[in-house]
Amino acid sequence: MRKWLSKNIIRIYAGVALFYVFIPVAYTIVFSFNDSKKRNINWQGFTFNNWLNPCDADGICEALGNSLRIGFISTLISTVIGTMIAFAIGRYAFKGRSSVNLLIFLPMATPEIVLGASLLAMFLNLGINPGFWPTIIAHVMFCISFVVVTVKARIAGLDPKLEEAARDLYANEWETFRRVTFPLVLPGVAAAALLAFALSFDDFIITNFNSGTVSTFPKFVWVSATRGVPPQANVVGSIMFIGALAIVILGQVVNRRKVR
Amino acid sequence: MSNLETLQKEPRSGLLKNYKLEFTPYLLLIPGLLWLFTFFILPILNLSTTSTKTRSPSFETGAFDQTWRFLNYVDAFVENQEQFYRSFIYALIATVLALAIAYPLAYAIAFRSGAMKNILLVLVIAPFFTSFLLRTLAWKQILGSEGPVVSLLQNLNIMNSGQTITATSFSVIMGLTYNFLPFMTLPIYASLDRIDPKLLEASGDLFANSLNTFRKVTLPLSMPGVVAGTLLTFIPASGDYINASILGNPNTKMIGNVIDSRFFRVVDYPTAAALSFILMAVILIIVSVYIRRTGTDELV
Repeated sequence: MRKWLSKNIIRIYAGVALFYVFIPVAYTIVFSFNDSKKRNINWQGFTFNNWLNPCDADGICEALGNSLRIGFISTLISTVIGTMIAFAIGRYAFKGRSSVNLLIFLPMATPEIVLGASLLAMFLNLGINPGFWPTIIAHVMFCISFVVVTVKARIAGLDPKLEEAARDLYANEWETFRRVTFPLVLPGVAAAALLAFALSFDDFIITNFNSGTVSTFPKFVWVSATRGVPPQANVVGSIMFIGALAIVILGQVVNRRKVR
Repeated sequence: MSNLETLQKEPRSGLLKNYKLEFTPYLLLIPGLLWLFTFFILPILNLSTTSTKTRSPSFETGAFDQTWRFLNYVDAFVENQEQFYRSFIYALIATVLALAIAYPLAYAIAFRSGAMKNILLVLVIAPFFTSFLLRTLAWKQILGSEGPVVSLLQNLNIMNSGQTITATSFSVIMGLTYNFLPFMTLPIYASLDRIDPKLLEASGDLFANSLNTFRKVTLPLSMPGVVAGTLLTFIPASGDYINASILGNPNTKMIGNVIDSRFFRVVDYPTAAALSFILMAVILIIVSVYIRRTGTDELV
C-alpha cells in the first residue's frame, strides 16, 4: 500500500488539481439549467429553457455577437502579423534582433490595466472615441506577443534536416517554405490563433477601457453581476467550454490521422 | 532555447548569402512592429506626459494642464502605498501557490500519463475558455455565505455562523491563483515535455535515485518553463482588480482597483497615469532582477 501510494502520489495530486480546476466550470454548467428568471444563485429546479432561448436575457446576444466579431477580426490580424514576426525572429539573423525580442516581451510584462488605460488616454487625446475599432486595435496589440511566442516555439522545435532534405532535392527557397516549413509550422499557427481568440473573447480589463458603449460578453457579465447574472450567461460559458474542447480534440484527431 | 541557438549558428548559406533575402526579416517585421509602436509604445509615452499634469484652474472635469509636476508620483505612491504592497504580496502568494499546484500537474501530464497525455492537456486548458468573469463569480457563489462550502463547515462547527470565506484576503488570493493557473501550467509542461527521456535514464544508470534525478536533471532543465510561468502569473496578478472586486472587501483593494476608480469614477487621469507607471516600473525591475538571477536570458 505504501509503495503504491509513493508511486502514484503525483497522479493523485494531479487528479486533485484537475478537480480544483473543474469546480467552477461544473458549477457554471449545472446552473445553466437552473430554472431561475434573473438572480441565478439558488437552485430553483431543472429546465432546458435557458438553452432553448439563450437570447432571452436582455442584451446578451448583442454582446455575444460583438465579442465574436471582435474576436474573429483581432485573431485574424494578430495571427498574420505575429506569425510574420515569429518567422523573422526564428529564421533569420539580423541587426536589432534582441531589441525586437524585448519589444515583443514588453506588452506581456505590462499589466492589462496599464495597457488599457494608456491606450484610452491616447485615443482621448487624439479625439478618437472608444468603441468597436479601438477595441480591435487594443486586442490585436496584446495578442501579437502571445502569437509570436507560440509560433516561435514551434519554429524552434523544427528539425532543420527536413528543410535541408528539401533543398537537397532541388526545391528553391519558396518551394521549401511552402511545401515543408509552413505545413510543419501550421499546427503552431493554429494553436496561436486559438489562444488569440480565447484572449480576445475573454478580455475584460482592456476592453472595458477602450470599448465605450459597445457591449461585449465579459462586459455583459460584469454589468449584470451586481443584479445577478442570468442563467443564459452560463449557457454561453458552457458552449464556449464545450466548443473549445471539441476544437482541440478534433485537432488531435486530425493530427493523429496525418501521422499515420 | 538551445535548439534556437543551434539553428542560428548553423551556416544556412543558402539563406544568408542571398542579398535580396537579407531584407526579408525586416519586411516581415514591419506591420507588427508598426502596430506595437503605435498602439503600445506611443500610448505609454503619452501616459508619461499625462502623469505630470495637474487639474486645470477652471475645475472642469477631465481638464488638465501640462505643468510637469513630478511630485504627482510621490503623492500617488504615498497615498496608495498600502494597495501597492498588498498587490505585490497577493501576487507573490498566488504565484507560489500556482507553482505548487501547476508543477506536479505538468509533471504528471508530461511523464506519468502515457496515452492520456493529450487528453489531459486539453482538460487543463479547456476550463479557461469558460469566461474568466463567470468562473470568478462561480467561486463567489460556491464559497459564498449561501453556498455549499460554508453551510457544510458550519454544520461541522468548523466555522461560526457569522464567518465568511468570500470577502476576505484568502478568497482574493485563491481567485488569483485559480485564474492564472494555465499561464503557469503550460510553460512548465512545455519545458518538461522537451526533456529527452534518455537523460533521465542516464541519470538512473549512474545510480541516482529518483529524488536526485529530479533535483539534478529534471528540475534544472525545466527552469525556463518555471521562470516563464511565474512571470506570466505574477505580472497579470499584480495588476488585476477583478478578483479583488468580486471576491474581496474594501480592505483587500489592490492597486488595479485604485487605477480603475481614478480613471472612471474620480476622473483623475494624472494620478491614474502615475500609478500605472509606478506599477509598471516596479514590475520591470522585479522581472529584470529575476531573469538575471535565474539566468534565463532569452525568455521569448
